[in-house]
Amino acid sequence: MKHFSRKQLSIPYVIFLVLFVILPLLVVLYYAFTNGEGRFTMTNFIGFFTGTNTIGTLIYSLMIAVCVTTLCLLLAYPVAYILARSMFKRKYIILMLFVLPMWINFTLRITALKEIMTAIEGNLAYYPFLNSVIGMTYDFLPFMILPIYNALEKIDKNLFEAASDLGANSLVVFLKITLPLSVPGIVSGITMVFLPSMTNYVVLDMFYNSTYIMGSLISSYFSAYDWNNGAMISLILLVIIFAITLIAGKFEKDEERKGAVL
Amino acid sequence: MRKSIVNALVLGIVLIFLYLPIVVLAIYSFTDTATIGAAGNFSLENYRVLFTTPELIEMIQGTLLLALASSVLATILGTLGAIGSFYSKKWQRTTMDAMNQVPVINADVVTGFSLCILLIIVLGIDKDTFIPLLVGHTVLSAPFVYLSVTPKLKQMDPSYYEAALDLGATPVQALFKVILPHILPGIFSGFVMAITLSLDDYFVATYTKPATFNTISTYVVNATKGSQTEIKTALWALSTIIFSIVIVAVIGANLLPQKEKEE
Repeated sequence: MKHFSRKQLSIPYVIFLVLFVILPLLVVLYYAFTNGEGRFTMTNFIGFFTGTNTIGTLIYSLMIAVCVTTLCLLLAYPVAYILARSMFKRKYIILMLFVLPMWINFTLRITALKEIMTAIEGNLAYYPFLNSVIGMTYDFLPFMILPIYNALEKIDKNLFEAASDLGANSLVVFLKITLPLSVPGIVSGITMVFLPSMTNYVVLDMFYNSTYIMGSLISSYFSAYDWNNGAMISLILLVIIFAITLIAGKFEKDEERKGAVL
Repeated sequence: MRKSIVNALVLGIVLIFLYLPIVVLAIYSFTDTATIGAAGNFSLENYRVLFTTPELIEMIQGTLLLALASSVLATILGTLGAIGSFYSKKWQRTTMDAMNQVPVINADVVTGFSLCILLIIVLGIDKDTFIPLLVGHTVLSAPFVYLSVTPKLKQMDPSYYEAALDLGATPVQALFKVILPHILPGIFSGFVMAITLSLDDYFVATYTKPATFNTISTYVVNATKGSQTEIKTALWALSTIIFSIVIVAVIGANLLPQKEKEE
């Protein structure tokens, strides 16, 4: 290599990304708008938005995702807040405890939770929705704690002192300083929890919840060798992901601009 | 004073929620009962089954081998990609960052399903060659290597590389002797992340794996649908072993850098 340039090092990865990240998305787009014979069709698209089952699945997924995200937020915020504000010297060890389950295989963790809940409830079949929400919250909670903690930890401690010197009580400090400045953390936590909650059908399967979410739809089309309808569901999920990312990106930029003004 | 008790209580309750299932399962993995809540006698039978059932051993070996192979691939690709992108023009860098972000934010079901259509249906690659599975897990983890190497490159003083060249090093030597040592911590944490992502994955594996091959995740999900009690409780033992390894690894990883700092 005579004219070695550091730029060239990225060539293998660029080829890899184009082949296995971009190309699959294009193939999904093609399959979503064609039928089994490869002819252009809108049937898959219209079928999804007019079918009561598929729309029901979309609504059920959104309901689960909203509940799981809310529950994760309600549990994660106090934990992150207490840890970030604590004066404890080795608090990173306690933080580690909250994040550590992330490193254990999720199917094994859900199995453990399922056994405990069977012991408590007797029969898991009575509360399929509640059990699924608890299961996913258990699975995704660390992904909500970490970004919120990071956002809270970044806040300049002088701001709190300045605010209380100027006469703000602790509630006002929280509402006017802590909460607004932790929004980027909350937003990135939501993006990490909301989407998996719409698609992680394994948790539902393991809790004997036979209602479909968006992920289960892909799985069932996959089992039926129906690539076209499966691709349409993937495409709809991609659009949802894109929308969430856009909204989240906007929040972060707003935050940056505010930071610049400060 | 009262405030700190409330704080400790909040942390404690969430910790109990997170750990009670794993700990109770760990305790029961050392008994001869298959029902949580029932009384049982101490027994290592679950561990014996785990280490003597060929099906289980194969599944664990397969999972580890896949994690290792895909992580090595992901680390090489991701690291080279990050270095190359860092020294590229801005629009090239932005494009690469954007492509890199796709598998990170995408739902794993979609990643797995779209790779399945492309590799198996369109290109007709046989699942039994393990190529789709290996590609799938590399797609899943390489972006995280890229993301953990990039900050290390940003922190590096660019004049080191220039100095090496001025002192007569070839660009390749400078790459290996100057840049690589600087970004090694990033490469290492990217590699560890790649391993855990592969070990944790269920969805990409389901859509790309050979029919007879199982990872821990796909095996556990299938096992919970069946009713083999012996296998079910052997998986409790597996869960306990993984839990112990993770605790030791995480505590070890956190104590080591602390020690360096103190020195």
